[in-house]
Amino acid sequence: MLGILDTLREKVQKTEVYKSVFRHNYQDTQRNRALQIVDNVFLHLHPVRISRHATNIGFTWGMGGITFLLFIVLTVTGVILMFYYRPAAEYAYDDMKYLMNDVAFGPLMRNMHRWAAHAMVITVMLHMFRVFLTGSYKAPRQFNWVVGVLLLTLTLFLSFTGYLLPWDQLAIWAVTVGTNMARATPLLGSEGPFGPELGMKINNDVRFVLLGGTQVGPPTLLRFYVLHCIFLPLVGSTLMIVHFWRIRKDGGISGPDPDAKKN
Amino acid sequence: MHNLISILSKPDNVPIVLMLVLTIFYTWHSLSRASKNDAQGSPDEAKLSDKVQVWPYLVKVEFLAALLVMAILTVWSITLNAPLEAPANPSLTPNPSKAPWYFLGLQEILVYFDPWIAGVTIPTLIILGLCAIPYIDINPKGNGYYTFRERRFAILTFCFGFLVLWVSLIVLGTFFRGPGWNLFMPWEEWDTHRVVALTNVDWSELFGVSTRRIDDSLNPAAMAIGAATILAWFSLGFIFYFWKRKTDIIRKLGPLRYSIVAALFLIMTALPVKIILRLTLNIKYILVTPWFNV
Repeated sequence: MLGILDTLREKVQKTEVYKSVFRHNYQDTQRNRALQIVDNVFLHLHPVRISRHATNIGFTWGMGGITFLLFIVLTVTGVILMFYYRPAAEYAYDDMKYLMNDVAFGPLMRNMHRWAAHAMVITVMLHMFRVFLTGSYKAPRQFNWVVGVLLLTLTLFLSFTGYLLPWDQLAIWAVTVGTNMARATPLLGSEGPFGPELGMKINNDVRFVLLGGTQVGPPTLLRFYVLHCIFLPLVGSTLMIVHFWRIRKDGGISGPDPDAKKN
Repeated sequence: MHNLISILSKPDNVPIVLMLVLTIFYTWHSLSRASKNDAQGSPDEAKLSDKVQVWPYLVKVEFLAALLVMAILTVWSITLNAPLEAPANPSLTPNPSKAPWYFLGLQEILVYFDPWIAGVTIPTLIILGLCAIPYIDINPKGNGYYTFRERRFAILTFCFGFLVLWVSLIVLGTFFRGPGWNLFMPWEEWDTHRVVALTNVDWSELFGVSTRRIDDSLNPAAMAIGAATILAWFSLGFIFYFWKRKTDIIRKLGPLRYSIVAALFLIMTALPVKIILRLTLNIKYILVTPWFNV
């Protein structure tokens, strides 16, 4: 039986179709291992060789990678949720009920989207904590730390805009509490320092722009939906490309200066 | 006690418990690695500087980590439903109304500061301050390995900001704040009708200078006391500069970087100072002006 499978595998591996898709097999040679990385569009984010301490989970905690994994989970589950969800006040809540009660695997997709989102906020904070504690923001990685801070902010905005979409009591009041702060913005808020002096009123200040109204209502739902599903993921993805590219260009993840030992 | 259980078992509060456990674990983990590195003089990380191939040594770790995370996430998503409360109703305000958990630290600061500080200025300064870190920390040591001895000030300041002012305030806002944003111990029942006496006074009133005069206009003397107090706080930065300006570290920082460090540090430490003033002396405002209050 196994003999037949082996011959079958050998036959398949010799076909033109197989060879055109998978260029390398599992030959255990240095050259083949290197080719596995550089010839794969996803894996070539990595260098071919890294220092051993960079594979140590005790050093990196794996938090940056887990954050990226959760972002992918959120993209996949988010796209599935978008099939069932209409960002209009008269439909949104009913669509949630439909999703939780009648859609096959609907609850699983929604739960996974929510818990992965919460988890991503945590892992992004822990990633920053680790990068600080290992001093990895120091030269030459200063600017990548700044990109990371922007990504942290975007993660919070993504989570916050998503919070409104179920359109239940939890959603609108949490977002009401959060966005009420905007009216206290100095200069730009109707209740902020020097705001009224500059002509800021409840219907023309920065909070009004954010909400599309004077309170959290149907226009806010649409605004947050577009921000959540299109604008913020696009900006986030762009910054992620910069973030990952710079890790490579700055010599991979940080480590002790190899020359320091000699001194 | 059942109040604590009901807060803890709210599905949206599970992440806070997770965050708390992970933060405590990783703080302990990194500090113990740092103290080991400091004790032996050369970091453990330097011993592992030989090169290995990413395939399979790194890809394997990544794959296993992804598998583990997906397993946890799947079990979590099957066993616990995301919350879905009653439909949105703008005319029915829940009490307490809480922001999403990661903003509860900021909502907690709202007790001690006006919204333009707690809701706008402080978040902005947190973001700008974080961005500034690599440019104001000019200590070349401790790059790429755990250490405490070589970066005492940096690590203590960051840990204070992250662990005390961010994580602990989130925990306080989640577990200790009930209706009316009043302080409730986790085992206490939430009493919606609890009455709290408003006994707050302004800073100048401690010295017998009332904030407002009899005709309700602002008292310039009170304003002067408030402004002088704030000036005195920030002048600590100047005093420290002239006291230590001959030291190596201050000379290397230079006046511009020093003033950014000092300003951010004094603003950050002013936060707990105001909290303590409120909790011990019931201080409402340090400075009251026609346009803003501090």
